[in-house]
Amino acid sequence: MSTAVAITAEDAEKKPTTRRWRADSLDLVVTPALFLILTTLLIVVWNYSDFDQTTTNILEPAKLWRQFQEQLFVAFWSTVLVVVIAVPVGILVTRENVPKIKDTLVSILGLGQALPAYGLIVLFFVWLGQGAVTVIIALATFALLPVLRNTIVGLEQVDKAVIEAGKGMGMTGPQRLAKIEMPLSVPVILAGIRTATVINVGMAALAFLIGGGGLGETINAGLKLNRPTAIFVGAVLVALVALAFDFIGGLAQRYLRPKGV
Amino acid sequence: MNAEPLIKLEDVTKAYPGVEEPAVKELNLAVNPGEILVLVGPSGCGKSTTLRLINRMIEPTGGRIIYEGQDVTKGDPNELRRRIGYVIQQIGLFPHRTIAENIATVPKLLKWPKDKINARVDELLEVVSMDPSIYRDRYPSELSGGQAQRVGVARALGADPDVLLMDEPFGAIDPITRDRLQNEFLRLQGELKKTIVFVTHDIDEAVKMGDRIAILREQSEIAQLDTPEHILTDPADEFVENFLGSGAILKTLTLRRVKDIELSPLVTLKEPFQRDQALREMSDANTNVAVLLDRNDHPTRWIDEKALNRSSSLDRAGRPITVQLQPEDTLQDALSAMLTSAAGMAVVVDARGHYLGGCTVESLAGLLIQTGQESADS
Repeated sequence: MSTAVAITAEDAEKKPTTRRWRADSLDLVVTPALFLILTTLLIVVWNYSDFDQTTTNILEPAKLWRQFQEQLFVAFWSTVLVVVIAVPVGILVTRENVPKIKDTLVSILGLGQALPAYGLIVLFFVWLGQGAVTVIIALATFALLPVLRNTIVGLEQVDKAVIEAGKGMGMTGPQRLAKIEMPLSVPVILAGIRTATVINVGMAALAFLIGGGGLGETINAGLKLNRPTAIFVGAVLVALVALAFDFIGGLAQRYLRPKGV
Repeated sequence: MNAEPLIKLEDVTKAYPGVEEPAVKELNLAVNPGEILVLVGPSGCGKSTTLRLINRMIEPTGGRIIYEGQDVTKGDPNELRRRIGYVIQQIGLFPHRTIAENIATVPKLLKWPKDKINARVDELLEVVSMDPSIYRDRYPSELSGGQAQRVGVARALGADPDVLLMDEPFGAIDPITRDRLQNEFLRLQGELKKTIVFVTHDIDEAVKMGDRIAILREQSEIAQLDTPEHILTDPADEFVENFLGSGAILKTLTLRRVKDIELSPLVTLKEPFQRDQALREMSDANTNVAVLLDRNDHPTRWIDEKALNRSSSLDRAGRPITVQLQPEDTLQDALSAMLTSAAGMAVVVDARGHYLGGCTVESLAGLLIQTGQESADS
């Protein structure tokens, strides 16, 4: 995750538009390519492998569709929760008149991330009981750091002279935040949100552990009943959802970037 | 300067908690309307802090700031800042906004109507010599350093403030562009007549830009506040003298003009040529060049003895005169004209190009020696 921050911080400073365009484009080409390859593999496996009764039961399309929706539900709401918490907190701790607690905060959340997601989900289960809501909260905790850190980095990489100029012309604090600091940190913050989304989509596969549903159920059933085809289909579906979200994130990063930067 | 000062600092103090000595200590300073007051001093003397106290980018911990007769020490600092133009060294253009949007910042904050803002943006781009149709919709990343600084000045002038605060505005710009921007800015100021407080660490820039210069020492204590000329010729104490450096007298060259010195008559040649007489005059004057004048008294060539002795046409003899001085040029211009001229001296002409006389290194040296003695006497 630390590499994601480093790359995006550098991205924001890059001036020549051509170079940035190429880096972005590569991103927007590789992901769909991977997506296509995996989809092809999935179709091939689906059509040409032997489905015994157990495999057919596990891979019942209606069931897969439900799990897919559950997966998206958990991923979506945990990401929303992350954004709603991490962005305002990131803004708050970078304000001039707020005590400097951001380094402490980042270290604490770093510890949280050092815990395996599996353990985090179980911990929250012990505390909050089973269900999708517990998973959402656990995943949000896990994915908080990249967004918070990128929000802080994004706001801090804004040229101090630009903020000073705004202040010197009589822009109030909220005006500076809304018109200068936020627009100029959007690329970095979006990169963090994109990372969080991909984490959440992937981790949502663990939701089944505490009754949160999701495609993890299929993988788990495949593992328990020793049905490699089911494992493969489940895993590829999770990967496809993650790739799709990553692609959308890439598009957002590209088109929501402020002009002139 | 009999008008009321536009800005007055009264016993203004800035102390930081935990630091024993205040950064600015009981400073009293009055800025007159329409003048460029330069704050100059060694780094760490508090000149920048002083400037930022005026628009309360730094809040004073003591004293009063009077702006246009009102005490603005309390009250909304944002409102105050919208009435004062502010230019900083790093310029700080908003990279995600077009040039037009950048310039429109303060008018927008003041909620001007759209038409008025658009007209103002175009007007200001013209003022800083940038074609609105080309630059209005560009982004700051597409500008050179010099252009960006012009836009910075245009943006500071956005809502037509009476006062501009400039914090080393040309500090980060290469020397050639800086010189051009300084000249442009002085020309602009001639028309706009703004009240300007200008911070620099460069005494040459201070002498060039300032109507008055305040030389500051630590804690923003004013060591001397006077016109550039007085400061250069009559430094108040050793600190000022050291700060001016050994070249202080040379710096007076930028303040004096060619018309201030006595022109030396040169040997001139004009049709019908009287070569013998010219040669005699040259040996009398102990010089080996003469100035060839055309029919309208415009100097055209430097003619030396050799060329006079040869029988060829004088129109092509000697060397052409490439640089001519006018009475309004500074003595620094004169010095560089002399150094680049083929003859080691320069020709002075009036506005219509008619020959007036010559400017020689001797006459300049005489003036410098005289200035040096005056300041040593006082």
